[in-house]
Amino acid sequence: MPAETRHPGDAVAGPASTTTGTAAAERALLSVEDLRVDFATDHGWANVVNGVSFDVGEHEVLGLVGESGSGKTVTGLSVLRLVPQPPGRTSGGHIWFDGEDLVAADESRMRTVRGNEISMVFQEPMTSLNPAFTVGDQISEAYRLHRGVSRREGMRRAVEMLDLVGIPRAQARVREYPHEFSGGMRQRAMIAMALCCEPRLLIADEPTTALDVTVQAQILELLLSMKAELGMSIIFVTHDLGVVAEVCDRVVVMYAGEVVESAPVSPLFRDPRHPYTAGLMSAMPQLGSREGRLATIPGRTPEPWAMPEGCRFGPRCRFHQDACDEVGLPLVPVGDGRSSRCRRTDELELGGDR
Amino acid sequence: MTEQLTVPEARAGQEPPPLVEIEDLHVTFTRRQAFRPPRRVRAVDGVSLTIGRGRTLGLVGESGSGKSTAGRALLNLVPIESGRVVVDGEDMAAMRGRRLRSFRRRMQMIFQDPYSSLDPSATVAASIAEPLRVHEGLSEKRAWSRVLELLEVVGLQASHATRYPYEFSGGQRQRIAIARALTLNPDLIVCDEAVSALDVSTQNQVINLLEDLREERGLSYLFIAHDLAVVRHIAHDVAVMYLGHVVETGPVERLYEHPEHPYTRALLSAIPEPDPDRDRRDRIVLRGDLPDPADPPTGCPFQTRCPEVMDICRTEMPAMRPVTTGGQVACHLYQPGAPAPLSIVTSADAPTTEQGAR
Repeated sequence: MPAETRHPGDAVAGPASTTTGTAAAERALLSVEDLRVDFATDHGWANVVNGVSFDVGEHEVLGLVGESGSGKTVTGLSVLRLVPQPPGRTSGGHIWFDGEDLVAADESRMRTVRGNEISMVFQEPMTSLNPAFTVGDQISEAYRLHRGVSRREGMRRAVEMLDLVGIPRAQARVREYPHEFSGGMRQRAMIAMALCCEPRLLIADEPTTALDVTVQAQILELLLSMKAELGMSIIFVTHDLGVVAEVCDRVVVMYAGEVVESAPVSPLFRDPRHPYTAGLMSAMPQLGSREGRLATIPGRTPEPWAMPEGCRFGPRCRFHQDACDEVGLPLVPVGDGRSSRCRRTDELELGGDR
Repeated sequence: MTEQLTVPEARAGQEPPPLVEIEDLHVTFTRRQAFRPPRRVRAVDGVSLTIGRGRTLGLVGESGSGKSTAGRALLNLVPIESGRVVVDGEDMAAMRGRRLRSFRRRMQMIFQDPYSSLDPSATVAASIAEPLRVHEGLSEKRAWSRVLELLEVVGLQASHATRYPYEFSGGQRQRIAIARALTLNPDLIVCDEAVSALDVSTQNQVINLLEDLREERGLSYLFIAHDLAVVRHIAHDVAVMYLGHVVETGPVERLYEHPEHPYTRALLSAIPEPDPDRDRRDRIVLRGDLPDPADPPTGCPFQTRCPEVMDICRTEMPAMRPVTTGGQVACHLYQPGAPAPLSIVTSADAPTTEQGAR
């Protein structure tokens, strides 16, 4: 991966963390503020995203990390208002995109945002591509819709985009159907589709999880070079801390619908400030040798309708104390543009990846 | 590999015969198409593998490499075209009918997706007891105590027995699948991407369980996975497959520390490293995709993507040759005794990048 495509200095401090913000942009491109999302379940309204706040700066790659059930995907979908309502509902908060609140925007405005100013790449390219249309049709659809160009011009753009994402013989392949593409090429086509209108923000939801490691390396490299070329920001939703270390500038760690830690990528790995982050890190099979057992976090993520009263990670935390069960645990700044949702963050020696 | 075997009959100086010996296995799928000649895909093309008693063989490779088909062929679940699958001295590939069925109980399989490999309309107890009904003619009632015992072994509770799969999380479902695989006390379990769908912490819990079971019961595993970091933990030996061929085998430490095949090196270097400050310029990023298995390249199967391809690779298929430090490799570049060339040192042995990584 070329070193010049990374912009560690781009780490942006938003309203939530005003301690840094030196050379970086003053205003974040996207600012999620106190977002709350609920889902209707048999157990009543279940809160799956609880007061989530984070900023994404210009040209920044933000990692949104967590296990399944952490609310990271719902948070990503909420930015584009793609959470189906019902059963979902946004019960509070704001999503400021370049100064405009997308939570309050009407549906026709959202249609001009989606695929144009903000686009999204999903995990499973086969289910997000329509098998009945050619790849070229699907890539050019957004371009024709948002730019009002002809079919011919749309196809020309599709060829250009396929070429850009590194698919050989783009001229011929725009006329092929998704089933004629391999998994890696489908994901390239998805990226071409998402970037067709040169969005300012790309939300990539586990874009490499279904791919082989060799193809994953290709796609990560592609995303970073696209970012350098088109100058966009990326929200990278993933459960893989290895991938986070590869591509992200800043990381937001989510657990059970809440942000538990937020930090620039290097300090996070060197010195995690929340026990959950430290637990995730030590559970990575890349660290440690065959000798001995793999580290685990006991128990599992609580169900959304049965969240613990105090710290949501409390029941699984090995540093748990009685005080942790008190309600109203805030995400507090811990210096250097970082924050952590842990009562004991200052006294704990969690240790990082070295 | 300095690890002690947990097999009772492994005495000093006397190597016990391996549990499984696969020799020159071929599996070919034929797809008939209208108006066109049938497409023949050699999914497994001359694979030889050995699995020792109480040991774990990791089988890695990209999707389409034939690793899952090789695992299924071991259980005779796909038609074997040619080759021998010798299990405990008996050739399973030649068995048919009742004999095959009774022999098959010694080998079980765990699949990737516990959501689809468990019958949603059967209780946990019914799923676990089914092998006993099939092979031993026990009624579900009479199998009950065995079911409870197995649930305890895999870390579930007796109260779970009457519940249905949808009531469980992914990790718990995989535990149920493991309990079902253990029902008939098999010698070997084929784990086909058994932990790939799980979150990292749950994945580790399941791997630890598999390790405990292997030690307690002297089980052997064929552990098929695309995640090389996980395989490093669980396997004693590793085989790397590419386009239906095994290109490299060896003890896990040798293969990860000193990979001899360029494909193994590329695979290892593609593992995302959880170190944001690492210099990634040494990464080998393979270009292109796996070639079409119905139309494989001539010569070495890897020649179309190999960063070190030579003229001979395009015409001549390299044979498997023993590696001095353990295992075998099929590559024209390999010189016995010579260390891996410095220019292609991978992340796994680059000294500058390793601080806490192992």
